[in-house]
Amino acid sequence: MTEPVLSVHNISKTFGAVKACDDVSLDLRPGEIHAVIGPNGAGKSTLIKQICGGLKPDAGRVEFLGRDVTSLRTSARAQAGLARTFQVSELAMEDTVLQNVTLGALAAGGKGPGLFRAALKNTGLRDRAMSALMRVGLEDHAAIRASELSHGQRRLLEVAVALTLNPKAFVMDEPMAGMGAEGSKRMTGFLDQLRAQAPILLVEHDMDAVFALADRLSVLVYGRVIATGTVEDIRANEEVRTAYLGEGA
Amino acid sequence: MNRENLINTILLLALATVPLWAMANDAPYTITLATKVAIFALAGVGLNIALGLGGLVSLGHAAFFGIGGYAMGILASHAQNFEPIMQWPLLIEGSKSMPVIWITGVIASGLAALIIGALSLRTSGVYFIMITLAFGQMLFFFAISWPAYGGEDGLSIYIRNGFPGLNTLLPIHFFGICYTLLALALLFSAKLAKSPFGLALNAARQTPARVEAVGLSPYRLRLTAFVISGMITGLAGALFADLNRFVSPSMFSWQTSGEIMVFLILGGVGRLYGPVAGAAAFIMLEHFLGGLSDYWHIYLGVLLLLVVLFARGGIIGFLAGRQVAHD
Repeated sequence: MTEPVLSVHNISKTFGAVKACDDVSLDLRPGEIHAVIGPNGAGKSTLIKQICGGLKPDAGRVEFLGRDVTSLRTSARAQAGLARTFQVSELAMEDTVLQNVTLGALAAGGKGPGLFRAALKNTGLRDRAMSALMRVGLEDHAAIRASELSHGQRRLLEVAVALTLNPKAFVMDEPMAGMGAEGSKRMTGFLDQLRAQAPILLVEHDMDAVFALADRLSVLVYGRVIATGTVEDIRANEEVRTAYLGEGA
Repeated sequence: MNRENLINTILLLALATVPLWAMANDAPYTITLATKVAIFALAGVGLNIALGLGGLVSLGHAAFFGIGGYAMGILASHAQNFEPIMQWPLLIEGSKSMPVIWITGVIASGLAALIIGALSLRTSGVYFIMITLAFGQMLFFFAISWPAYGGEDGLSIYIRNGFPGLNTLLPIHFFGICYTLLALALLFSAKLAKSPFGLALNAARQTPARVEAVGLSPYRLRLTAFVISGMITGLAGALFADLNRFVSPSMFSWQTSGEIMVFLILGGVGRLYGPVAGAAAFIMLEHFLGGLSDYWHIYLGVLLLLVVLFARGGIIGFLAGRQVAHD
């Protein structure tokens, strides 16, 4: 078995009396999409924050590319190649689409953001930003403001920003959230190819997308992973059926 | 050339033309007013980097304005009294040279901004406003109770400081210095806004979580912006003290911070020439309305209310329309 790119070892986090994350372990292997599903309040957001930074687990550790990143800042993890997308689009709405992707390309350039040369005239940055836009099919919208994009286009822009980072792994928080059936299908097709570039930890509510994409699934309920396995394993799992998928699944 | 650039050019030319006209017509007070506009605009260019680009509502920029002013006051008073500032371990003498005073003022206000910013930027929103206000007030009361440099009465400098090759006693020469520094600051500010740093800072104002997620630190971006902002406002303070040949603790007062912010809002927050338009409008209002009534601030208040309610982009926004997003 190949070494996992990202692995979470027995992390726990409590807020007062609530165990938001209870001894969670999971890993992400090269080339796979590992989906995390669970009902609302299962601790998915808490888990993402502990993986990507911003929230330190009470116990356990997070390893990325064989390195312990548990106490690294969000920005340091991003520099190491951990790219995330947000459930609610985090974009600079007053800026253009191109400026938004250029922001990602800046940090990936290695050096800090310079004070003098114009960002959008730097061909290195621009090429990198444009190629990310082309991959998600937004290159014709480069010059318009992010606030003028449709919801679905904003979701794609989120992914484009992540693409500029030279990612070694993606963590995606509900990339299909709020997308129509058509948009969802398009995103599913796109993520399907993306796993060849870097593995994806996919937190998603859209079950059609999850079952179509995931190589493995982990089911999170009340902060605990109650099952991990292939789509077939999970579909057949009794505990998962009662806890989450319901009778019809 | 788009409309905003056209308006900016007209503004900058008008600011240069008025004192030249005044010189031809022997109206030195008008030159002083234009100089005051240039200096206030410079202070506003400084605040605009923190407030407009970085979204940092600092009510403590009087701290940097005052530090610049006292840099001038302290250096020049030692020079005019022929007393060194310090004799041990190394001899530091006062100075009547503007470049020396500017560099000292800019460095001192930059250091102050680094310390104030490093502490204040750990908070945000109304707490940030309050903590910057508190730092400004600390310096205000410190200046009041520092007898060595005039305390409450402030410091008078008898002769305006010199600049190599110019006669700074001529109002038009001193105006030329202030105008040139303003133009340089505007140029720098325009470059900064388009630089990668400006792009990232602008994004950190709108979506800090995204900026972190691409591997940049919003805190560091803001601190850098705050220091640059403080340095420019400090330079304006040194010039303002030289204009009046007088420094007093009132430069540190919260009213000063408020005034800089008021005319920035009046001119257009985040617009490159917002501070120029705002400072010009502010000085003209003060001059013309102040002549009519001692209570001219009432009209200023009404105007500010109208701007905030109906013209969010200030004067520049009103004339030039919405900011062009790309180029």
